[in-house]
Amino acid sequence: MKTFVYIDHFKGEVQPASWEAIGLGKSLGLVSAIVFGGGVDAVVKSAFEHGADEVFVADDSALEDYRSEPYAATLSALASSQSPDLILFPTTARTRELSAMSAVDLNTGVLTDISGLEVSGDQLIATRPIYEGKVLEKTVCSGKPVMATIRGRAFPKPEPDAGKTGIATKVGVKADALTTVEGYSASESAVNLGDAGVIVSGGRGVSNNPSLVPPAGLDDKQAEVWRAQQGFALIGELANVLGGAVGASRAAVDGGYIPYSHQVGQTGKVVTPDLYIACGISGAIQHLVGMRNAKLVVAINKDSDAPIFKQARYGVVGDLFQIVPALTAAFKKKLGK
Amino acid sequence: MKIIACIKQVPDSEAKVKADNGQITWGDAPLVINPFDEYAVEGALQQKEATGGTVTALCIGPESAREALKHALAMGADDAILVSDPALNELDTSGAARVLAAAINKVGGVDMVVFGRQTLDNGAGLTPAQTARVLGWPMLGLAGQIKVDAGSVRVERVIEEGRQNVSAKLPAVLSVVQSIGEPRYPSFMGIRKASKATIPVWSLGDLGIAAPAAIVKRAELMNPPVRETAVEIIAGDTPEVIAETLVEKILAEKVL
Repeated sequence: MKTFVYIDHFKGEVQPASWEAIGLGKSLGLVSAIVFGGGVDAVVKSAFEHGADEVFVADDSALEDYRSEPYAATLSALASSQSPDLILFPTTARTRELSAMSAVDLNTGVLTDISGLEVSGDQLIATRPIYEGKVLEKTVCSGKPVMATIRGRAFPKPEPDAGKTGIATKVGVKADALTTVEGYSASESAVNLGDAGVIVSGGRGVSNNPSLVPPAGLDDKQAEVWRAQQGFALIGELANVLGGAVGASRAAVDGGYIPYSHQVGQTGKVVTPDLYIACGISGAIQHLVGMRNAKLVVAINKDSDAPIFKQARYGVVGDLFQIVPALTAAFKKKLGK
Repeated sequence: MKIIACIKQVPDSEAKVKADNGQITWGDAPLVINPFDEYAVEGALQQKEATGGTVTALCIGPESAREALKHALAMGADDAILVSDPALNELDTSGAARVLAAAINKVGGVDMVVFGRQTLDNGAGLTPAQTARVLGWPMLGLAGQIKVDAGSVRVERVIEEGRQNVSAKLPAVLSVVQSIGEPRYPSFMGIRKASKATIPVWSLGDLGIAAPAAIVKRAELMNPPVRETAVEIIAGDTPEVIAETLVEKILAEKVL
């Protein structure tokens, strides 16, 4: 099996599932990593340390910002000349576009967001979620190379081997671009729930604290959002102590309490953390399919009949505004923070 | 501007979708316009309002998918086209892109094609970029804001790391995310107009293409494993006592 792994990074910051893709590739044989960008020596070095046997590099100012057209053209040319059997990608906003376009160039297909990959004879069979994760499908691609984007945390991450190096080969750059990147702003809503080991999530209940008195001059809706933001501040503190990320239910996102990027389930994301703490989330089916694969689920809700308790290992029937800060304090004490 | 909003019909997101003897079933739940595609229609209508022109809703699907197109018409789309052909039963994302590209070319003179970010059924999210690739047009994916000015389009793209401003010359293919704004509700007038609208049906013959062969195929369907769900309720006299007990339990599970 000739496996290539595309290392997805943003300004040199690598999406961790790229390393998990190298780990998956190594289980099938030798791995050639692919690194595109401008000034990417550190990414190449890291790819070797994470197990790549060789690296193909396109380091060019024209590739400094990710843009689909030149990246896809460069990848397609590389794949045409090297004929890999399989190209693995982490699943990100960029790789969905990149793999999609390159698959058109190479007349092959992409298996997206896969959580399993089996070899059966000379066929690769991937497992992936459909219908928001309500159903799983096993799927095959008859084109070559098979392209697959892997779900974060679905495959083990290889331990880096500091100082390991190898041969990096330069590849030709296809620089023609149809888009211009004019600027970038980091935002407080930038969050990658797919890679989080711990997620603390809030739902509609986060706004439900009548004892909080909002600043004067807010109308009812503004007061509700203000209350919810105080609630999410508590959730953020707990997530912080646990080194985790903040998630949210659709109700919280639709209520304007927190940006969409935090949403779990439905039109949001499927997440698989080791620990998922649901605060003030009742547990609509769309939310449940988004988080039910978490290793350990803890639910805090005032309503003992909330469906979320059916998914939880531990539950607290109570007020999240009291329980969450107490949990933060207790974890701080226990974890020595 | 001539704008096309690409939509699909899917089972409602509340539906209890299951694998049943190798088939997907969703009981008596309704089929609706893919929720992400409502944002595509909304984004297209916003651009029509900003710059003038028309919005055409385009859908590949069976006859019953007319209902999804009617929803787009009721929201305010000017017209709708259904691409329907028995030969399209087995279509993968790049196949769908080739069919949509042929339909977009047949419409002719299109300035902008708007997609939702993904569908609720397959959920691969590949078709927008693949359609752009087949057309040879720029792809502006995951747009949270769109601004058209003098033959160019600039979007604010929402990615894992933050927001990026990206521009391209028209014609272009866009996909939109929720921050484009809540999809408008169909108006009473809109619903009346939609109920009377004639929706042309284009076959592969009309598009002058053969059915694209599926490269990606389903081999098996499974229901996700059901988890043991015996919840242990942690109780105590004060929040502090509850918290300490819960922390002990969580730490004992060795997930941290």
